[in-house]
Amino acid sequence: MVDEKIKAEVRNLNFYYGSVKALKDINLNIAEKKVTALIGPSGCGKTTYLRCFNRMHDLYPNNRYEGEIILHPDALNIAGPDIDPIEVRMRISMVFQRPNPFPKTIYENVAYGPRVRGIRRRSELDERVEKSLRGAAIWEEAKDRLHDLAFNLSGGQQQRLCIARALATDPEILLFDEPTSALDPIATAKIEELILELKKEVTILIVTHNMQQAARVSDYTAFMYIGELIEFDKTEKVFTVPSHKLTEDYITGRFG
Amino acid sequence: MPSNKANNKYSGRSRLRRVREFIIESVLFLAALSSVATTFAIVSILVIESIPFFRHVPLLDFLTDAQWTPLFDDAHYGIMPLMAGTLVTTAVALLVAIPLGTIIAIYLCEFAPHRVREIIKPFLELLGAVPTVVFGYFALIFVTPVLQKLIPALPGFNMLSAGLVMGIMIVPYIASVSEDAMHAVPKHILEGSYAMGATRFQTAVRVIIPSAFSGIAAAYILGISRAVGETMIVAIAAGQQPNLTLNPMEPAATISAYIVQVSLGDLPHGSIGYQTIFVAGLSLMLITLIFNIVGYFLAKRFREVY
Amino acid sequence: MPEQSIDDIRRMIARHKLRDHIFAIVGILSLMVGILTLLALFTELAIEGAPRIGWKLFASFPSRHPEEAGILSAWVGTTLIMLVTAASAVPLGVASAVYLEEYARKNWLTAIIEINVTNLAGVPSIVYGLLALGLFVYKLDFGQSILSAGLTLALLILPIVIVSAREAIRAVPGSIREAAYALGATKWQTVRDHVLPYSLGGILTGTIMGLSRAIGETAPVITIGALTFIAFLPQSPFSGDFPFVSFRWLMDPFTVMPIQMFNWTSRPEAAFQHNAAAAGVILLVMTLIMNGIAIYIRYRFRKRIKW
Repeated sequence: MVDEKIKAEVRNLNFYYGSVKALKDINLNIAEKKVTALIGPSGCGKTTYLRCFNRMHDLYPNNRYEGEIILHPDALNIAGPDIDPIEVRMRISMVFQRPNPFPKTIYENVAYGPRVRGIRRRSELDERVEKSLRGAAIWEEAKDRLHDLAFNLSGGQQQRLCIARALATDPEILLFDEPTSALDPIATAKIEELILELKKEVTILIVTHNMQQAARVSDYTAFMYIGELIEFDKTEKVFTVPSHKLTEDYITGRFG
Repeated sequence: MPSNKANNKYSGRSRLRRVREFIIESVLFLAALSSVATTFAIVSILVIESIPFFRHVPLLDFLTDAQWTPLFDDAHYGIMPLMAGTLVTTAVALLVAIPLGTIIAIYLCEFAPHRVREIIKPFLELLGAVPTVVFGYFALIFVTPVLQKLIPALPGFNMLSAGLVMGIMIVPYIASVSEDAMHAVPKHILEGSYAMGATRFQTAVRVIIPSAFSGIAAAYILGISRAVGETMIVAIAAGQQPNLTLNPMEPAATISAYIVQVSLGDLPHGSIGYQTIFVAGLSLMLITLIFNIVGYFLAKRFREVY
Repeated sequence: MPEQSIDDIRRMIARHKLRDHIFAIVGILSLMVGILTLLALFTELAIEGAPRIGWKLFASFPSRHPEEAGILSAWVGTTLIMLVTAASAVPLGVASAVYLEEYARKNWLTAIIEINVTNLAGVPSIVYGLLALGLFVYKLDFGQSILSAGLTLALLILPIVIVSAREAIRAVPGSIREAAYALGATKWQTVRDHVLPYSLGGILTGTIMGLSRAIGETAPVITIGALTFIAFLPQSPFSGDFPFVSFRWLMDPFTVMPIQMFNWTSRPEAAFQHNAAAAGVILLVMTLIMNGIAIYIRYRFRKRIKW
């Protein structure tokens, strides 16, 4: 189903919150430098699935993975029990549902990722901050107030700042968890444009509630329902000729 | 082939990072354990230093003898007089603190306009922050003379004045803990009562107090434990003579005041005087422990309900 | 139930409302009892203490002559003891709070630590004095020194520091922690770079309130055997030779403000009551200033960081 070079292969992935099985046997290939959208009704496990990719579930007790997520080019199983989650997060970045900038300056927000990776040289940090802010299309708005508190930005600007923060670490995959659900339509449009721009450089996985958004920004779409992957294909195909009745019902708004 | 071994640019520092994280967590854990160590040290010191005393004085005498005169030639070791002093001062304090504290809590929670609350609360906090030695001075120099105008026979040292001032000291404490409990009653329950046409007073009495009951009870019990353990006010204003009486107009020593009185003198390590303050401390600790545990579980039950 | 006319209902409502008004008045009166006591206390101290308050009070040692007697050794002792208390209670308390909030798993050991902290907060202060007398003064042989007193008060305020630091840490939203973790930060990096800086205001507030309680504590310091009449100062923390700081003052005998006040209060000569009141005013002002600073810090940080 995926023609391009594969960035990550998900094989028989199961995920448990304690004894509750939240993901059931997911198999999926993620195409490199493409946008893959995850859609499905609330509680279908799409966010749970996304958070497996940077091992966010390891932060809370009693969560358990089974199966594999193979990250290329080095074929590392990032869901493996002996892989340090921090190492995974250094390669795969995430943008959250609500903008969550640190209560620090704009500059310090973006520089935090590189700093955690041991980068101390001011000139290199400056360079990375500028590059990431440009990459997240917020440089023009932020360049004169780099040392202002990030809280003074508007909601949409904050979310682009969070994208810049995630870009500053040169991630191999960028995860988006409903990044526009807390934003107004104009800010949403800006983020969507940005995603289309970003996929030239980085592989993107996006969870969205908004089907038009999935149709607009993604190359591949996965439809999930109660922890299972129901359908996965090229976005045009999923939205025009879905092969499952459930997918069709969801897309046409009969439920969800 | 999938590999389980990390082989990229970030894996090199992984081991070092884990060791460092482990060391930090261990240090923090030891710090958290220090509070348990403190409790353990308190209990062991009190018990160890009390053991020689109970070799010398039978437990039955300790509990039943009506006199406490350990430093006299004719030594008696009955805890009852000190217990009586503690009981009377605590009772007087609670008679002041419980009604005032509860009324203030209800008033602040349901009646006071927002502005009034914002102005009043810091004052109450301040009242709770006054050093107890200052309260003791106030009881002795100000309250006792005022009381003597009303009750001419009142001696200069008396439990009444100490208890009253101690009550005022506890008011902010009871008020703030019970107000927290009342605030925790969910808004929709209150709205249910208002929607039936109840007034604020009816809502407070019929809905808020029953719903927040265990929280309010916890406030009372923690207040009791404070009064029992309070030292300086009684040491200054109630006199330091052990006196087996339930009359608040008389002077008497409490358990805590006795410890202060003995500590002020020269106290050779290991003497019987030295041992008695640990015995007194152990009794005090046991009484407050019981109240604290009851209060803790009441408060916990309250938190579980909401 | 007999049919009620609208007039009956109106009369009933009026009756209920009257009760509301009566209670509101009772509430205000109750508040007044507290506030008037506070006012009476201030006025009494100020009037009684006024003749003694002045530069001489701060610069003189205690004396047999009430007009000559001052609080020099007391305020120096209090300051040094607060240094020891802060230096030991703050790191220990904040570290405990970080462990309990960020690291502790939900198990029986954590439950014991938590119950224990709550219980320690309810232990009478004089019992800490007995602990210190048995442990610091005799077992560890620190003697009746500034070090013993500072550590005693540190243990006494430890629960206050822990509880307030935990509350402050808990107020940092989980999304901020997730943001840091998602960038590859370790747990300690997240705590050091984010959780602690953002909860600093609350931690400082709690610490200062704890210290203001410690400043007024009398009983535990009497128990370890603070002297009530000290006519000399501890050794200076600064010395002329390398390394220019000295810690010998830690082992010196001392007195503190509340003990000085207690001592004067229990003197039979009425003239000493003026000294007691003056010392009380200073003590109250110290407590007031510390609480004021704490409230101001809380306000500033709340304004700066809004989640």
